[in-house]
Amino acid sequence: MYRYDEFDHSFVTQRTEQFKDQVRRRLAGELSEDEFKPLRLMNGLYLQLHAYMLRVAIPYGTLNGRQMRKLAHIARTYDRGYGHFTTRQNIQFNWPKLEDTPAILEELAEVEMHAIQTSGNCIRNVTADHFAGAAADEIADPRPYAEILRQWSSLHPEFSFLPRKFKIAITGAPNDRAAVQVHDIGLQLTRNEAGEVGFEVFVGGGLGRTPMIGRKVRDFLPEEDLLAYSEAILRVYNRYGRRDNKYKARIKILVHETGLEELKADIEAEFEKIRHGVLRLPDEEVRRIEAYFAPPPLEVGSDLSADVEARRETDAAFAQFLAHNLNPHRVPGYTSVTLSMKPIGGIPGDASDDQMDVIADLAEQFGHDEIRISHEQNVILPHVKLSDLPVLFDKLVAAGIAEGNAGLITDIIACPGMDYCALATARSIPVAQRISERFGAAERQAEIGELKIKISGCINACGHHHVGHIGILGLEKKGEEFYQITLGGSANENASIGEIVGRGFSSEEVVDAVEKLVDTYMGLRTGKDETFLEAYRRVGDEPFKETLYGAA
Amino acid sequence: MKVITANRLLDGEVVWLGAEDLWVDALIEAKMFDGKEATTAALAVAAQAVADQKIVGPYDMDVTIDEDGIVPVRLRERIRAAGPTTHPQFRKQAASVRV
Repeated sequence: MYRYDEFDHSFVTQRTEQFKDQVRRRLAGELSEDEFKPLRLMNGLYLQLHAYMLRVAIPYGTLNGRQMRKLAHIARTYDRGYGHFTTRQNIQFNWPKLEDTPAILEELAEVEMHAIQTSGNCIRNVTADHFAGAAADEIADPRPYAEILRQWSSLHPEFSFLPRKFKIAITGAPNDRAAVQVHDIGLQLTRNEAGEVGFEVFVGGGLGRTPMIGRKVRDFLPEEDLLAYSEAILRVYNRYGRRDNKYKARIKILVHETGLEELKADIEAEFEKIRHGVLRLPDEEVRRIEAYFAPPPLEVGSDLSADVEARRETDAAFAQFLAHNLNPHRVPGYTSVTLSMKPIGGIPGDASDDQMDVIADLAEQFGHDEIRISHEQNVILPHVKLSDLPVLFDKLVAAGIAEGNAGLITDIIACPGMDYCALATARSIPVAQRISERFGAAERQAEIGELKIKISGCINACGHHHVGHIGILGLEKKGEEFYQITLGGSANENASIGEIVGRGFSSEEVVDAVEKLVDTYMGLRTGKDETFLEAYRRVGDEPFKETLYGAA
Repeated sequence: MKVITANRLLDGEVVWLGAEDLWVDALIEAKMFDGKEATTAALAVAAQAVADQKIVGPYDMDVTIDEDGIVPVRLRERIRAAGPTTHPQFRKQAASVRV
């Protein structure tokens, strides 16, 4: 894992001291709320419906046991005993007191964590594939590049007041698990014919009220140009991005309004000016950062042992877990394990302080002290020995995080919605809970197969509903919650934006509507191998419309 | 009918303007205002409380009265008054509000 150097330590400590003083001045009446609000937001502190909310950055979703234990401690000491993992691989605490936040930031700094750039119109936490450094299909570990981008973008003076927030995602595998095409900049690691590592670069993807798939601006960006090219994109955006209307201020609108070719030319022109300057990445610096992410020493092991196979035959929950929650590891004998933060009927992404402590212990005991947070709001132990799976599974069962539902219909992304969020127009979590209960039976969800449901409580789309195979958007209509359904969205390498299927549904109706869609799919699929998304892409929306609204 | 609501500066807790211009954390104790004039005067009290570092973001909201007491018209305000519907253990104790 990356370790802070002196510069990192000093800027995080400085910022913590600065914020401590700002809170003091606010409470003393020296700063008004209007003056204080942008300062607190720069430190990840929001004011939501019921309380303040502190969003803590987990760079590219990677942390260790000590850091996870600190998050548990913060949840226990300063909050109400839980935290919430987000779609930016971060964690949110929902109940901190303003006067406690300087102490929380000090505690975080002790374990090289902070809340800087988790809000505001700046470059946000760079996200990455949660199986980075472990996945069998990986070209290269994306995290060294994410770390280089983090260092470049942290407190970057030129990009601290962008027209709007800016999100970067990077994946090192051809199977995109980081949703790079729906980010302001999406980076897909690739190799050229000479075998050198570089990036396919996408610009202008995003969700929110105007969902768009990113447009490719480079087929192959050499490694050494990563920062210069990123800076060129940001400069063009900073200069031409709209500031007159916050709803049209993201780079996707600039791409759309300017046109891809003209914008590409602008980026290339800017890039030409700076590519030979200080931003050119020296090879030795990339290798130095890479060394921090060196994989743990893993001895090649064997396949599942006869004991494990025997248990699979007799223990249905264990079999379900093995079938869905393991991702192929590049080293034989190992696997990456998804700890489901989606218990049946539970709150997607919530973890109690005790669960966080357990995760920290298990990571140290079974996972070479590495933990990942996925943008799908789950927790991953990336390097687990296959032979440790039975004992690990038992411990996960005891902690309530062993549901074998990764990638299945109950593995739902949901934003906090109107239970917490000041912007929301409807609740998301209770809808997720009811869907989870409806489809919770293990055999049923396994039979349905891969199906991603994503739920947002307003058009800002924090729950990624546009890229759900089934997307649900909560709105308010005549004072009542009301849910619009989209079909056919996807955030992988074949990204697509879901299409609205028809008129929306009341809170009472929406789970039945989802069930009708699922039953329709089950009836028309060519076989178990054809997923919901594949079936939808084959047949279109007519059969689904018909089941929801009757024949036209 | 209207009540005035805000969040308390120190801990972010949802509060309402109650008797004697105190900020109370149970909706049942909120003072109700009828008509534009009374609401405007109450918002002036709230503005002073903002200046005094007691609260942030005050605004007026519609309520009705039924057998349970004061009931916000909008769902959002019912949730603010009661706490997250997903965490019954964190519901405001004194609030007699149905969501």
